[in-house]
Amino acid sequence: MKQAMNGGYGGVPRWIYVLAAAGGLFVVLPLAAMVAKVNWSQFIPLITSEASLQALGLSLRTSAASTVLCIVLGVPLALVLARGSFPGQRVLRSLVLLPLVLPPVVGGIALLYTFGRQGLLGRTLEVAGLQIAFSTTAVILAQTFVALPFLVVSLEGALRTAGNRYEAVAATLGAGPTTVLRRVTLPLVLPGLASGAVLSFARSLGEFGATLTFAGSLQGVTRTLPLEIYLQRETDADAAVALSLVLVAVAVAVVALAYRSPRAAERAPAHSGERTTTARAAGGAVR
Amino acid sequence: MTFSVQAAVAGRGFDVSLAVGPGETVAVMGANGAGKSTLLNVIAGLLHPDSGTAELDGRTLFDLTAGRGQWTAPHRRGTALLAQEPLLFPHLSVLDNVAFGPRSAGASKAAARETALRWLAEVEATELQSRRPAELSGGQAQRVAVARALAAEPGLLLLDEPMAALDIHAAPLLRRLLKRVLAGRRAIIITHDVLDALMLADRVVILENGRISEEGPTREVLRRPRSRFAAGLAGLNFVAGGITEHGLRAGVLNLYGQHHDVPGPLPAGQPGVAVFPPSAVSVFPSEAHGSPRNSFAVTITDLEPHGDGIRVRAGDGGQLSADITPAASADLGLAPGMEVYFVIKAGAVAIYPS
Repeated sequence: MKQAMNGGYGGVPRWIYVLAAAGGLFVVLPLAAMVAKVNWSQFIPLITSEASLQALGLSLRTSAASTVLCIVLGVPLALVLARGSFPGQRVLRSLVLLPLVLPPVVGGIALLYTFGRQGLLGRTLEVAGLQIAFSTTAVILAQTFVALPFLVVSLEGALRTAGNRYEAVAATLGAGPTTVLRRVTLPLVLPGLASGAVLSFARSLGEFGATLTFAGSLQGVTRTLPLEIYLQRETDADAAVALSLVLVAVAVAVVALAYRSPRAAERAPAHSGERTTTARAAGGAVR
Repeated sequence: MTFSVQAAVAGRGFDVSLAVGPGETVAVMGANGAGKSTLLNVIAGLLHPDSGTAELDGRTLFDLTAGRGQWTAPHRRGTALLAQEPLLFPHLSVLDNVAFGPRSAGASKAAARETALRWLAEVEATELQSRRPAELSGGQAQRVAVARALAAEPGLLLLDEPMAALDIHAAPLLRRLLKRVLAGRRAIIITHDVLDALMLADRVVILENGRISEEGPTREVLRRPRSRFAAGLAGLNFVAGGITEHGLRAGVLNLYGQHHDVPGPLPAGQPGVAVFPPSAVSVFPSEAHGSPRNSFAVTITDLEPHGDGIRVRAGDGGQLSADITPAASADLGLAPGMEVYFVIKAGAVAIYPS
């Protein structure tokens, strides 16, 4: 009722709220169950053990690196997909999005046969003295592989909603393509880029299957936090739960950031066209 | 030092050739979908025509005649575009928006801002310099957009209905501003408003179905329209047909009139047009005789308020109109579907070759 008075007609039947509440509980309940299992007296020692700290540090470092890699590779991809027009564009889009639906283990195997010692590029790299499989680099590549689509999808959506009218005007004012990209396009889609980067980071942080397959589980080198949790679960359930809670905390912080960034960016644009851009960009983040 | 364009876009049935002299402002008018925006986009380099050439001050904008494929990128053309919406970059301050053109041309940040301030002063928006576009009203934003386009010092300024998105209070202000800044500047302005053409342009070009149907000095086109569209702009009734000894024949309709510009007999046998103001048309319930008058039966299609009076639309698709007083309308009991007689003094009908 209050909703109806404040924001006009809501249009949501009441029984929808019941189902929505069930949906919310489905997500929250398991988290609560996990929190209930935490051995609080041992919590600090458990998460500050050497193995735990190494895993957490490695996770944060590799996720940050793969996010940077996602931006470097994903921004051009999104630009080409949203603005370009060339044969095979639709095929390229489908292929780029493939890691979203591919089981991560399969991704790991694919990477192994590309960069592994016997792989497609691996042999050449080995001649050059580079060995990628089962190294920290492999962790970063595995994470980038699975996280890249998040950035591309998010940014491509933002680019499409922003349209190219500002860019056209900038060009007629004398700005070359690179200037337009730097001074108009990227600032306009910054909220979309930010939420895409945050999502990529979150996906990298949680990456397990591809990492295990392609990089293995070597403490301090390739054993990220999810791998450490899985390993601990077999020997020390309390440690696994404590570390899981840490991962949840980091994930919550990341999601909060993703939700906040579009709204923070709203201070700049205000006319109607811009509002849709930001709203859609936020929508992209939720996807 | 001229600008000329000749371009065809087959997919849109567009084929236009146009030249603009130095310091000349040309108004392009036409119905929606006539190809007005296509023309500007082709000139600005945002749309690739199928064939044609364009040249601005000795530089080739594009040359797509057979065997050649010269194409200058939009940012090297010097044809700044001002659209219906201001499209100020939302992430830049007003000052930096205006400084965008000079910056892109390679000026230092300080020099570009200095130029921007000069142009902001020109459009009387200096006090807005530190605001964000979101904090501007529609009229203010469009003024800043004018300054931004001018600051790029274009060889040809392209304006795509710059007043269309403004409310009735902001439009006159911008029109006055444009009159000042367009004086002595080469520009093409698309507009739906005959007032813009009169106030801002030296010449008007009428586009119909992707082709120029009429062009000439604004006053001349409005006084002696040769296309239905231009006659509509001038608020005149328009009948096209063949010139006879005493007037004009269009199907069954015979109009008596005179050639106002050239004394002597009418050039019979030529295709021509008859033009007369709705205020010269009287409405009678029955046929009126007397010389020299035109009288013919029409069926009323619509009645609409027009100024203090009533405009009676009648004939083929309501293409003829008569302006009468509300009292006369009431006396005659006019209603759509009624058959009445339109009576026009021959002296009020101007007939000339089309």
